[in-house]
Amino acid sequence: MTNHTTTDPRFDYDLDCSGLLCPLPVYKASLALRELAPGEVLQLVTTDPGAIEDIPALARQVGDTLLGFERRENDQIFWIEKGNRS
Amino acid sequence: MTDQNGHDRRRIALIASKGTLDGAYPPLILATTAASLGWEAGIFFTFFGLDIIKEDRFEKLKVASLGNPAGPVHFMPNLLGALPGATAGATAIMKKWMSDANIPTVPEFIDIAQELGVRFFACSTTMGVMGVEEKDLIKGADIAGAAAFLDFAGDADVQLFI
Repeated sequence: MTNHTTTDPRFDYDLDCSGLLCPLPVYKASLALRELAPGEVLQLVTTDPGAIEDIPALARQVGDTLLGFERRENDQIFWIEKGNRS
Repeated sequence: MTDQNGHDRRRIALIASKGTLDGAYPPLILATTAASLGWEAGIFFTFFGLDIIKEDRFEKLKVASLGNPAGPVHFMPNLLGALPGATAGATAIMKKWMSDANIPTVPEFIDIAQELGVRFFACSTTMGVMGVEEKDLIKGADIAGAAAFLDFAGDADVQLFI
């Protein structure tokens, strides 16, 4: 995981998975990422503590890049840049 | 990207052997997650696990109230799980927990899995033993024997019996 905590990365699509447990944040994030073009960024908000490990795993598995991660109160916020894949 | 086994995508092969509510979720969750990660995923539904893809059963899967000390009614002596209505009670509690936690129902999970391209194998031996016909199964399940499943599982990166 990277340590970008300065300013929020620019993002192209915002997905709120608050209140959802595994596997829904991964499932919904994977669907959202499919719709993005390479280089576009998804901002994802989760509350499931498992997502802290799950979302980086999703990014690794599909070949996208986790640009940043931040906790704000109960929320976990991820920024994922879609890689060069279809 | 080709992996060490020479195929393009990673693969998970699951065997679902339990026809209970709590037995249905793990294979469906793992398969939908794997498919979300871009993996190929397949589930072989065998013995009571076949109920998970039977049209008249998959909405009625239950949680065992007897012999299940970790079940939703663990605050009562387990022997009381034998009483009429105990299984229905345990099932209702479990379903409420799942619904309160925004977890999809088993039929909803099956829809998600199928949309993601998860392969469903219906065990032909179980069908023969239990008198299940193709029309009793949800659409899109392939009737298969052990060899067909092993052909799929032999190239899998992860194989689990649940």
